[in-house]
Amino acid sequence: MDNWTFGITMLVVGMGGTLVALALLALIMGLLKKIFPLKEESK
Amino acid sequence: MFEAIVNGLSGLTASFAHLHWSNPVMIAVGCLFLYLGIQKDVEPLLLVPIGFGAIITNIPLAELMAEDGFLRVIYNMGVANELFPLLIFIGIGAMTDFGPLLENPKIFLLGAAGQFGIFITIGLALFFGFDKLDAVAIGVIGACDGPTAIYVTSKFAPHLLGAVSVAAYSYMSLVPIIQPPLMKLMTTEKERKINMSELSTTTPASRETKIVFPIVVTIFGGLIAPKGLPLLATIMLGNLMKECGVVSRLTKASENEIANVVTLFLGISIGATMEGRAFLNPQTLMVLAFGFVAICLDTICGVGFGKIMNVATGGKINPLIGAAGISAYPMAARVVQKEGLKYNKFNFLLMHAVGANTGGQCGSVMAAAIMLSVLQGMGIIP
Repeated sequence: MDNWTFGITMLVVGMGGTLVALALLALIMGLLKKIFPLKEESK
Repeated sequence: MFEAIVNGLSGLTASFAHLHWSNPVMIAVGCLFLYLGIQKDVEPLLLVPIGFGAIITNIPLAELMAEDGFLRVIYNMGVANELFPLLIFIGIGAMTDFGPLLENPKIFLLGAAGQFGIFITIGLALFFGFDKLDAVAIGVIGACDGPTAIYVTSKFAPHLLGAVSVAAYSYMSLVPIIQPPLMKLMTTEKERKINMSELSTTTPASRETKIVFPIVVTIFGGLIAPKGLPLLATIMLGNLMKECGVVSRLTKASENEIANVVTLFLGISIGATMEGRAFLNPQTLMVLAFGFVAICLDTICGVGFGKIMNVATGGKINPLIGAAGISAYPMAARVVQKEGLKYNKFNFLLMHAVGANTGGQCGSVMAAAIMLSVLQGMGIIP
């Protein structure tokens, strides 16, 4: 694989993959907060 | 008799005869690290052992990095097999509070944007003639996360370990100098004044959420990027121990004794890779330059993404907090707080910045994990 293809692949898949993975984690975290809400006494 | 005395004396001067010009230079560099660590308080926990390691490894004929030299033994024990950075990650996980991030999970995205510099720098390094794995090791300086940089570099470009480690830790400590001009350049005064305390839609995370968080990240991240699971799993194990609260002895050991011993061994091993003849070359200077570029690009991308989030939320997000998405925990968050106060003395961005900063911590590990799995997918690494 030439450097050009490698660089573009890393840029697209790496950056895109990181963004998508963390976006999904953010969604999961939002969901977790709904499943395990802060109890009134903890507040 | 006379000959024996002369031979004996020659043994005492042989080191001087074997000094290469690069050795005194690197001894001076080691002394500079000691000065910075001791007098200027710049990352002393690392610069003191690194500086000392650099000094002793540049003394000829001591053979500290020979087959059974004591520095080689330490290096093989935990750097060559990537164990030390992982042990440090358990301690970092045990010291990190992901609470502010869990309060507002959207901020996770800033932690992703703060890693874009890694991938852009890989492209730049390739353009300037570095081979693929060297470019990856150089790009990962942009993770702004010492153990991640050391883990990836020791695995795929061990000959760059000294330069990459020095760049990673030096630029991390220079974050308060590097970031503010870029933050100013990327934002308008109106944006810098946005008060985020008005953002009242966030709710604190419960204890259960904080406990489930590291488990979910490990499973989810591991499934997406199995090659980087050691990085993710260790930081999340440390965090799980902290949040569950039932293994306080292990948590304390991870963040104190284990982290301290490993930091010492890691530092002196990195110093040991800075032997003059191998270290002083144009490649090292290029690594240092690209490391700087990576951290600048991270900051620009983080603040740029902050601006996008600002527009998407109708002006509720102060784009400055994007700068904390670069990891460099907790320094970058402090820089954001300080810069925010400069333009609006009633604006306390710290908790939001800490959220972005822990998102960056998580993001840097995730970015490295994804990078390793992409490399594996492309058949570059086994």
